[in-house]
Amino acid sequence: MTRQMTGAKMVVQALKDQGVDVVFGYPGGAALPIYDEIFLQNDIRHVLVRHEQGAVHAAEGYARSTGKPGVVLVTSGPGATNTVTGLMDALLDSIPLVVMSAQVPTFMIGTDGFQEADTVGITRPCTKHNWLVRETDKLAEVMHQAFHVATKGRPGPVLIDIPKDVQFATGAYTPPAKAKTGHYQPQVKGDTAAITKLVELMEKAERPIFYTGGGVINSGPQASQLLREIIGATGFPITSTLMGLGAFPASGKEWLGMLGMHGLYEANMAMHGCDLMINIGARFDDRITGRVDAFSPGSKKAHIDIDPSSINKVIHVDLPIVGDVGHVLEDLLRIWKARGRKVNKDGLRAWWGKIDNWRKVDCLTYPKPVDVIKPQLALERLEALTKDNDRYITTEVGQHQMWAAQFLHFEAPNRLMTSGGLGTMGYGLPASIGVQMAHPEALVINVAGEASFQMNLQEMATAVQFRLPIKQFILNNERLGMVRQWQDLLHGGRYSQSWSESLPDFVKLAEAFGAKGRLVTDPADLDDAIGEMIDHDGPFILDVLVEKHENCYPMIPSGEPHNKMLMGDDATEDAIGSSGATLV
Amino acid sequence: MSALRIKKGSSKKSAYDLRDPNTDVISSHTLAVIVDNEVGVLARVIGLFSGRGYNIDSLTVAEIDHTGHRSRITIVTSGPPAVIEQIKAQLGRIVPVHEVHDLTVEGDAVERELALIKVAGAGEKRVEALRLADIFRANAVDSTLESFVFEITGTPEKIDAFADLMRPLGLVEIARTGVAALSRGAK
Repeated sequence: MTRQMTGAKMVVQALKDQGVDVVFGYPGGAALPIYDEIFLQNDIRHVLVRHEQGAVHAAEGYARSTGKPGVVLVTSGPGATNTVTGLMDALLDSIPLVVMSAQVPTFMIGTDGFQEADTVGITRPCTKHNWLVRETDKLAEVMHQAFHVATKGRPGPVLIDIPKDVQFATGAYTPPAKAKTGHYQPQVKGDTAAITKLVELMEKAERPIFYTGGGVINSGPQASQLLREIIGATGFPITSTLMGLGAFPASGKEWLGMLGMHGLYEANMAMHGCDLMINIGARFDDRITGRVDAFSPGSKKAHIDIDPSSINKVIHVDLPIVGDVGHVLEDLLRIWKARGRKVNKDGLRAWWGKIDNWRKVDCLTYPKPVDVIKPQLALERLEALTKDNDRYITTEVGQHQMWAAQFLHFEAPNRLMTSGGLGTMGYGLPASIGVQMAHPEALVINVAGEASFQMNLQEMATAVQFRLPIKQFILNNERLGMVRQWQDLLHGGRYSQSWSESLPDFVKLAEAFGAKGRLVTDPADLDDAIGEMIDHDGPFILDVLVEKHENCYPMIPSGEPHNKMLMGDDATEDAIGSSGATLV
Repeated sequence: MSALRIKKGSSKKSAYDLRDPNTDVISSHTLAVIVDNEVGVLARVIGLFSGRGYNIDSLTVAEIDHTGHRSRITIVTSGPPAVIEQIKAQLGRIVPVHEVHDLTVEGDAVERELALIKVAGAGEKRVEALRLADIFRANAVDSTLESFVFEITGTPEKIDAFADLMRPLGLVEIARTGVAALSRGAK
């Protein structure tokens, strides 16, 4: 017998049946019936954000740190349009989200009604899939399909637009087991012949490298475990994109650090000089490749990815393997073992010799003045004082994000939440809220810049209301640091609009929200200040006043290949050619 | 290399087997895309082409299975081989897309387009239009004392040729359906 209920009740029932425990959202006229049902139950907690963009980023933080889909509920019109940035962010970083937006009643659609927007039209290019549900009878099935699509294959955000009359009307509830998930069943198993071919290449390779990405983390903890096993057994060097940090432990001896535009010297040089590149769950993003026609010129390239469209999109690869990282790595390890665990020992020894020489360059060295806090020092101390905690890091976007990736060490997957593809300033604070909701006992730190922090600082109120002890670690250089750096390199040091004027007093700001804050300007006080931040039982803003003109190195200037890194300020004159200047 | 499987129904003979995707020769491809006939599916397909900067030379769409609610979208597009491969892979990502066939790669295909062409004129030109229509096997589906509407079916090139001939004879208006295509043979 089918259960009859209102559409609004169906939404809540479907969320429960999907195992959802927390929803991030903001009510409004068209969403009132669903909000009424949320009021009438106690299983699902609702986190009231202060802006819908914050809800989506919070859900991303929740999803990225748990591996479960993040859930968002917003009203029609502005509620829905405010989710767009978060949706695009989640799409580019492959974060599973289920966003429900309310809509004006079906009979008003198309009349330019109050708070009406063509939400499915607006969000079509920034979701993996979206639905406008016009019949209550179909609502539950669509809800279950939405969770299926968001989490299967390459994960991503989906949106369900629910008109108000559909929420009020009564219909038959379809339980998850009876819901048709359709033909959308992405291939997870890799082609065995291709995997065997990869094993053959691995056996002979003189200068192999693993280049891993967010796909390893999205595939689940098992994939990270298999990756560790393969690296441990083969002794191949490994580097990773920003999104993949933590899949392999930073303390591992095969770890070369992050690669790419602000990646480590040894990682980029090894990518440039390798003869076998094994890309696992990464997508040859332009932050990684630098100049495409000079990218790793002498290597055979294998690419493991669940999304066929990632293959040969930017870089032509010799050996594509479509499948889920976990499944493919399992087969890879099994076949490699069965064939006798062979590697090219002499080749590898020479290769590691080269890599060790690159490591000696010690590309992250920086001066340590006594009168001013270098941003690198701030992060080095943060790392030293928090590494033994159950720690989750979120970041905003800019120089501080790159320094965090260079100076913080991630030992486990799902520990770094950052906006990689879209580069969304304002991501980190709400993301830290989502992470703390999922991990109430953990130490959750948002490494921020003062400019990014201000883009969603209203969410401090959310943190205070829900007693989420998130730590805002602001590297305050009173500049839009990365913009300033590019103006340094490209525009003759003309710093157009890239300084932070009329900054708030972040300590008073924290107090105004009912949180605690502290300003630190002297390197000698840094440890004490970080200690106070960690020990404080509640949300905390640590305003770290840092060197104002520090640039982030190493840097592959736009339009240059991996072996043309800038290592410091003295080498930056005319570093970017006219063709590179048009790149982003 | 058989490792790259695009979406079920796609040809095993993918373009990877046939040519180097890094060459820049631009060629025309006819794609048949089988989709769920649901609201917005055409917008998803068109949005993919406009959003990623791909060409659409011709596009037709109609429901082909009224009980299963499937539509067939026939797209003629052009680009270098790597771009064509990317277009197919991107189409395959769209959730309501069931199958993507590259009829140009999969083998010989029959391609037809229908056009309605209005020609107005009198005297010798009118007679000449009618004679050429006969040569092209175009039917007059409407006629007045001053005009004809011809219906012509064929490859896009044949329709182009006929339209070019009608221009000096008083071509007024032309409506074309875009290409519909089906692979030859039993399968």
